[in-house]
Amino acid sequence: MDMNEIKEIFFQECEEQLAELESGLLKLNDGDRDPETVNAVFRAVHSIKGGAGAFGLDDLVAFAHVFETTLDCVRSGKLEPGQDVLKVMLKSADVLADLVSASRDGGSVDESRTRGLVKELEALAHGELPSASGHDAPKPAAKPAPAAAPAPKAETPKPTDDSGFQPIPFTFDGFGEEEEPVIEGSTYEVVFKPRRELYSKGNEAALLLRDLSRVGEMSIACDTDALLDLDKMDPEESYFSWKISVKTTKSEDDIRVVFEFAEWDCDLEVKFADEASSDEEQPMRPVPFDLSILDDAPSAEDEDKQAEHGSDQTVAEAVSAAETATSIAKAAGAAARAAERKESAAAAAAAAQNNAAAAAASAGQTIRVDLDRVDRLINLVGELVINQAMLSQSVIENDATGTSSINMGLEELQQLTREIQDSVMAIRAQPVKPVFQRMSRIVREVADMVGKQIRLVTEGENTEVDKTVIDKLAEPLTHMIRNAVDHGIESPEKREAAGKNPEGTIKLTAKHRSGRILIELQDDGAGINRERVRQKAIDNDIIAADANLSDDEIDNLIFMAGFSTADKISDISGRGVGMDVVKRSIQALGGRISISSRPGFGSTFTMSLPLTLAVLDGMVVTVAGQTLVVPLTAIVETLQPEASAIHSFGASQRLISIRNSFCPLVDVGRVLNYRSTQANPVEGVALLVESEGGGQRALMVDAIQGQRQVVIKSLEANYTHVPGIAAATILGDGRVALILDVDAVVAASRGQSLRPEMSLAATG
Amino acid sequence: MSASILTVDDSASIRLTTRVALSNAGYQITEAVDGMDGIAKLNAGQFDLIVTDLNMPNMDGLTMIRELRKMPAHMGVPVIFLTTESDNEMKQQAKAAGATGWLTKPFDPESLVKIVRKVLGK
Repeated sequence: MDMNEIKEIFFQECEEQLAELESGLLKLNDGDRDPETVNAVFRAVHSIKGGAGAFGLDDLVAFAHVFETTLDCVRSGKLEPGQDVLKVMLKSADVLADLVSASRDGGSVDESRTRGLVKELEALAHGELPSASGHDAPKPAAKPAPAAAPAPKAETPKPTDDSGFQPIPFTFDGFGEEEEPVIEGSTYEVVFKPRRELYSKGNEAALLLRDLSRVGEMSIACDTDALLDLDKMDPEESYFSWKISVKTTKSEDDIRVVFEFAEWDCDLEVKFADEASSDEEQPMRPVPFDLSILDDAPSAEDEDKQAEHGSDQTVAEAVSAAETATSIAKAAGAAARAAERKESAAAAAAAAQNNAAAAAASAGQTIRVDLDRVDRLINLVGELVINQAMLSQSVIENDATGTSSINMGLEELQQLTREIQDSVMAIRAQPVKPVFQRMSRIVREVADMVGKQIRLVTEGENTEVDKTVIDKLAEPLTHMIRNAVDHGIESPEKREAAGKNPEGTIKLTAKHRSGRILIELQDDGAGINRERVRQKAIDNDIIAADANLSDDEIDNLIFMAGFSTADKISDISGRGVGMDVVKRSIQALGGRISISSRPGFGSTFTMSLPLTLAVLDGMVVTVAGQTLVVPLTAIVETLQPEASAIHSFGASQRLISIRNSFCPLVDVGRVLNYRSTQANPVEGVALLVESEGGGQRALMVDAIQGQRQVVIKSLEANYTHVPGIAAATILGDGRVALILDVDAVVAASRGQSLRPEMSLAATG
Repeated sequence: MSASILTVDDSASIRLTTRVALSNAGYQITEAVDGMDGIAKLNAGQFDLIVTDLNMPNMDGLTMIRELRKMPAHMGVPVIFLTTESDNEMKQQAKAAGATGWLTKPFDPESLVKIVRKVLGK
């Protein structure tokens, strides 16, 4: 496994953790005080720090550490996560995200910002409230957990007398792999009495003693007095203790480190020999200490050495005593195992089953798949759909009776193809949550910059849509959010003057509606200043000075190219890039966007996007001898106009009356310049469509061929953009058909000025 | 036969780092994604050592250690947990739950192998 691959996995994880972190913080911000939320937030930062450390990403570790410490104060209840605290934390989450992407892509971060936040976080951890930060007198209320390890809990009781100890001296002859310890230095007395817990927690006295031997020259004595007769022995009890004298140049801490893992499960005393009791009368006699005794299979070399120095039984005894202690513990385990086996077997089996199921549920939920593979599958399914359609068509043409079993088989094939397609599409479907979450950061940052108080509310974050749509949604949405913060919401003073809450609200909603995803961006700001928009449009020659426009139409002028009402270009919403760009990118996704606004109450942008960019349910129609596909989602109903329902309006407009209301007729053939004169509506079919502005139009076509699912082939990728046409497709008979861009056609018919690039627009 | 180690961590990258470090050192590795999964893996096999994170979703490390100490087959197996330097309280809790030793995060592969050797005695 390549380190870079692991790193990439780590960064993917970071993304998930960052999302978790942010949503957790936002929940806390909304007053959620569930300990699990605090825990999840802590865990996110903790995991990032842990991984970053493994990859040597020091900057990331350093910041995550400070952040974590502060979060720990929240977790332990020392710090109340109020609004001010969370503001700092949300900013820290942003910085953390920046540090992660800097580590990933090698970019740089705003270091002064990072440093500033580190200070703020540290201040919080020390109990200073953000408002008081910079203040010279920190309150000593909350402090992070002390870093130093506490001293061992229990002091070893002093041995009543020394009779139980038989000193066994050690030297390091023949212990070549480590540097020969310098014999000068201090001597420490170590008394080590393991408790039964030491063994039950997987530690082994023998291993600890061996580790200790590496610290310096040691002599060891084992106290076996506590050992009972075999029949009285508790197999789990610890009966041995050791008294060790270590001569080393290293410090007391180095000795304590050896027993680090054991310190709560043994009585340990380490003291300077010089100050140790003078009743240590027996001088130590150094003998070689051979570590291989502890190994399963002593090497020939070791045996040689032992022979060379003369065997010293006492060494082996001391160590084997330690081993005996260990095996006693192990035997205890085995005995307990045997005893419990029967009764626990059934329970264990049941538990195993439960746990396996739970593990499968928690672990087996996702796999990571390269997007290319999914796309290849989608392409293939697309071809399959076309092929199936072609097959159906040729069977129908050759067997008009439709009685053969082939027809039934074909029908099944069609259904299966459909299901495969839906399933494959579902692979690409992702919740919009990540994009929505990114927006909350933008709101925070921009609001900070312009000095406004704004809160972002999101809804329907789990609504799923094709990954490409999500990816391409981020940019226009970012732009719209910036706009809403910068222009939509008023300053706190203005809001208060207008009797509103000084804190503005932006609401971002996603939901499914009739096979599309609907995304709404709602602000409770001042709404569109129609007078100004209108004047601007006149100044920029977008509309005529005497144009008669409805409120909706005026609002929608902001989507016109080169339109900007901001008197001065601000840094925030960008320069020159206006809502026309937003509209174009939404349209490029096969989507629509519109705005509705109530002066004084705010504006709502509504975007409707296809759930997938790969297929489309379409109605295949004929217009002036051409075959076109109209997206089914756009069609409200189809009807055969009667002569009495057609009314002329002005020079060229014709209306059709439908259930007591009038709806403008749009001749698709004229709009697309397939013909120069208007067709007779009575001879054709009217498709009632809902256009992005919300109004209805009746599209006139010559005939309906049928409904079909078509695979979308981009016209731009293969040819060039054609006004009024969204894309192309291949029909069952192998012919290419164009897919109508309903909104473009409606817009073209509504007023030529609205789409200047629509050279095909019919003016009548 | 090389020792068999179960690693339990909810972070895939930590699991991978651990796996790379320990398999390079010659150990057999089995992975679990959280405490629940760890218990399931323990039910299915024998291990010479367990390396586990503490802070995990579904079932945290402390609970897992307590649970496995109740399992007759695993009551003596050494358990190393991963912790942060600031978390002394956590160390005591984990020890009380039955852990053998710990490794301070962030860790480098060498110190992991060192700790594993220390506890396994190999």
